[in-house]
Amino acid sequence: MTKYIGKRLLYMLISLWLIITATFFLMRIAPGNPFASEKKLPPEIEANLQAHYGLDKPWYQQYYDYLVNVVTWDFGPSFKYKSQTVNDLISEGFPVSFVLGLEAILIAVAFGVLFGVIAALRQNKWQDYSTMAVAVLGISVPSFIMATFLQYFLAIKLQIFPVARWESFMHTVLPAIALAAGPMAYIARLTRSSMIEVLANDYIKTAKSKGLSGGVITVKHAMRNALLPVVTYLGPLTAGILTGSFVIEKIFGIPGLGFHFVTSITNRDYTVIMGVTVFYSILLLLAILLVDIAYGIIDPRIKLAGKKGE
Amino acid sequence: MKKRWSIFLSMLLLASMVLAACGGGDDNADGGDGGSDVPQELKVNIKTEPPSLNPGLAEDSTSGTVLRNVLEGLTRIGQDDKPAAAMAEDWEISEDQKTYTFNIREDAQWSNGDPVTAEDFEYAWKWALDPANQSTYAYQLYYIEGAEAAHSDEASLDDVGIKAVDEKTLEVTLANPTPYFLELTAFYTYLPVNSKIAKENPDWATDAGDDYTTNGPFHLAEWSHSDQITLEKSDTYWDKDTVKLDKIEMYMINDANTELSMFDNGELDWAGSPTGAIPTDAMQALKDEGRLETQAIAGVYNYKFNTTVEPLNNENIRKALSHALNRESIINNITQGEQLPAMGIVPPTMFPENEEGYFPDNDVETAKEFLDKGLEELGLSDASELPEIKLSYNTDEAHQKIAQAVQDMWSENLGINVTLDNAEWNVFLDSVNSGDFQIARMGWLGDFNDAMNFLEMYKDADGGNNNTGWEDPEFQKLLEQSQTETDADKRQQMLKDAEAIFMDAMPVAPIYFYTNNWVKVDNLNDVFVSGLGDVQYKWAHFE
Repeated sequence: MTKYIGKRLLYMLISLWLIITATFFLMRIAPGNPFASEKKLPPEIEANLQAHYGLDKPWYQQYYDYLVNVVTWDFGPSFKYKSQTVNDLISEGFPVSFVLGLEAILIAVAFGVLFGVIAALRQNKWQDYSTMAVAVLGISVPSFIMATFLQYFLAIKLQIFPVARWESFMHTVLPAIALAAGPMAYIARLTRSSMIEVLANDYIKTAKSKGLSGGVITVKHAMRNALLPVVTYLGPLTAGILTGSFVIEKIFGIPGLGFHFVTSITNRDYTVIMGVTVFYSILLLLAILLVDIAYGIIDPRIKLAGKKGE
Repeated sequence: MKKRWSIFLSMLLLASMVLAACGGGDDNADGGDGGSDVPQELKVNIKTEPPSLNPGLAEDSTSGTVLRNVLEGLTRIGQDDKPAAAMAEDWEISEDQKTYTFNIREDAQWSNGDPVTAEDFEYAWKWALDPANQSTYAYQLYYIEGAEAAHSDEASLDDVGIKAVDEKTLEVTLANPTPYFLELTAFYTYLPVNSKIAKENPDWATDAGDDYTTNGPFHLAEWSHSDQITLEKSDTYWDKDTVKLDKIEMYMINDANTELSMFDNGELDWAGSPTGAIPTDAMQALKDEGRLETQAIAGVYNYKFNTTVEPLNNENIRKALSHALNRESIINNITQGEQLPAMGIVPPTMFPENEEGYFPDNDVETAKEFLDKGLEELGLSDASELPEIKLSYNTDEAHQKIAQAVQDMWSENLGINVTLDNAEWNVFLDSVNSGDFQIARMGWLGDFNDAMNFLEMYKDADGGNNNTGWEDPEFQKLLEQSQTETDADKRQQMLKDAEAIFMDAMPVAPIYFYTNNWVKVDNLNDVFVSGLGDVQYKWAHFE
C-alpha cells in the first residue's frame, strides 16, 4: 500500500511538472500581454513595467524563475490586482470555493443516491418516472439558467433566500443547489442503473430467500456494490465542481477562486494563471488519488498494488 | 397524466422545503431605526475588486470611483461639472499660464489628524513619476515640466516642476499652458498621499486600516477583497457638513442580471452605470416603465480604418462606408441606451455642435456618390471588384450584433461585402496595435473634459492610440498651435478646425457617443455623475 502510494505520488510530481511546463509555454505563445488595454501605454512605460516584472528576461530564465517560485510556493504579485499577491488570492478565494464546492458535492451525492435508489426500487412505477424526469431536467438545464431560475423564484418571488453575495449560510444555499443540480441528476441516473443491475444478481435472491428484510438487503447488499460507479465519478466530479464554479461565482457575486481561474486568462495575469493552475492541479491529482484509494477500501476485489505477483 | 404532474410538483415543493429548512440564517438584523430619519446608508455595486487604491498605481474606473470618494485633490469636480477649490483653497496662475501656485487649506487634514501638506502632493506625484515604481498612469503627469524626461530616466526627479514651497504652498510648473490643468488636478493620478505613512510603509494601500489614511469626504472602513468595500463618513474632512451619507457599501458583483435582481429585491439602491451595468435585454422594459435614467458622457464608439491598406487608403471609399451607416437604427435596435449618433469625433459634451455632426446620418445617396468617385480613382467599375474587407471586433455580444448590422448595411446600400472577424480581447488588441487589421472597433472614453483628449491621439501616424496610420500636417499644426494659445475661444476654434480636417479625411467612422444608463431608488438624490461619467457621493442623500 505504502509502495503504491509512493509510486502514485511520484507520478503526480511528473504530471505536475508537465502541467506547469505546458501552461507556461501556452501562456507565452498566446498573443497579448498583461498591460494591454483600450488605451495603449506609451512605450517607455510599457518597457518599464516589463522590466519590473521580469518579462524582458529570456524565456528560459523566466521558466527557471517560475519553477523556483512553485517549489518555494511564492507566486509573486498579481499583475492586475496590485494590492494582492497570488498567494493572497488563493488563500482568500479558495476557502470560499471550497465551502461552495463541498456543499454542492454533499447535495449532489445525498440527493442523487436517494433519488437513484428510489427509482431503482420502484422501477417503471411513477416514482421511477418522476425522479428520472427531474434527472433529465437537471442534466439538460445549464447551471447558469438554473441559477437565474432559482434567483427569480426562491429569492425575488418567494423571498426565502437573498439574491446574491456570500455572507451567511442562507447566502450559500442557492449557489450550492445551482452548482449541484447537474451532478446530482447524473448520480441519480448512475445509481439507478447500477442498482437495477445489482438487484438482479443471484446473491440478492439468496438474501431474500434467507428471509432478510428489504431494508437490510437494499443498504447492506445492494447499495454497497451499486455505489462503486458513483465513487469513481467523485474524482471527475470534484474537478468539475471546482473549475466549473466560475459561472456560479460570477452570477452570485461570490469572492471565490473559480473567478480568478478564468479571468486571469483574459487579463493575461501571468502570475495568477500559473499560481491558480498549479494549485488546482495539485488539488485534482490528490482528489483522484483519494478516489482510487477509497475504491480499494469499498471493493475488496480491487487490489491497489496491481498484479497478484507483486 | 394529470396525477403524475401533481405528484411531480409536490415532490419539487417538498425538496425545496427540506432545503429551506436547512437554513438558519437571519436577514433582518438591521433594526435600530431611531426616529423618523431615513438611514443615510447607500448600497451600490462596483462590479469588481478595485485593482489598486494607491492613486499612483490606479488606472481603471473602479479604483477611480473609490479613490474619488475617499481622497481629495487640489481641486474637485463640482456639481456644475467644473473644477472647484478642494484641498487647495485658492491658486494663482502666472501670466504665461505655465506656473500654478496652490494654497492648501489650513484645516485640511488626514483621517489620523496629520495635516495635509504641499509635500504630500509632491511626494505622491513624484512617486508615480519615479521609474522604479510601476505606475501605468505616470503619463497623466506629463503636462508638468520635466515629468516625461524624469520618468524615462533621462533627468532627475528633482528637476520636475513640482515644488513644495512651504508646508501649505505648492508650486507647479507646466511644460505648456494647459487650460484644462485644473481638471487634471481633480483626476486620481493627481491625488495626494500621506507622505509620513507612505515613506515608512510602502504597502500602505493594500488594505483598510490605520495606514490607509484619507483626506476626502469618506474614509475606508473595510476592504474585503473581491467582495465588499465599506466607506464611512469622515469627521476630519474640511467640508464634512456637506456630506450627508453615513455609510456606503460597495459590493463587487460582476453580473448585470444579478445586479438588477438585487436592485429589484431592495438589496441595492442603484443599478447600472457608471459603477455597474444594466443588461441590454432589460433596457426597453425599464424605459417603458419610465425608470431608466440616461446621461450623455464623453466617449465615442468608433470603427477605425487602417489607411495603409487597399482599398481603405482611398479617402472616398472610407467616406462612402461611413455615410452609408444607419446609426439611429443601431442605437434603437442594438445598444438601446439612448446613445447619440456620432457624425463627429469630439463628444457633444465638449463640442455641442456635434449633436448634429458633419453629415446627416444614413445618407445613402451621398455614400453612393463617394463610392463611385472612389471606384473611379481605383480604376474599378463595380463595388464587387474591391479587394476583400475584413471587419474586426473583440468577442462580445453587443460588438457582434453591431458588426452584423453594419455588414448588412454596407452590402445593402453599397454592394460592398465585408467579412466579420472576432477575436479574444488580448488577441484583438495585439493585432490592432500591430496594424494587422482593416476595419476595427475601438472605443474611447475621455480622461479629462477637453476636446484635445479626443484629437491628440491622431496627431502622429505611429502614435500608440492612432492605429489608423493617418496623419496630416495641417492637423498637426493646429494641435501644436492650440497648446500655446492662451485665449480660450481661439483655442476652441483651432481644435474645431482640426476636427473638420479629420472628419474630411475620415480615418475613423464614429458610430455613437456613449451614455450612462441607470436606475435608482426614488428617495436617493444628488448622486453626482460628471460629464466624463465619474460618480461622486459627496452630496448624495436619502429623503
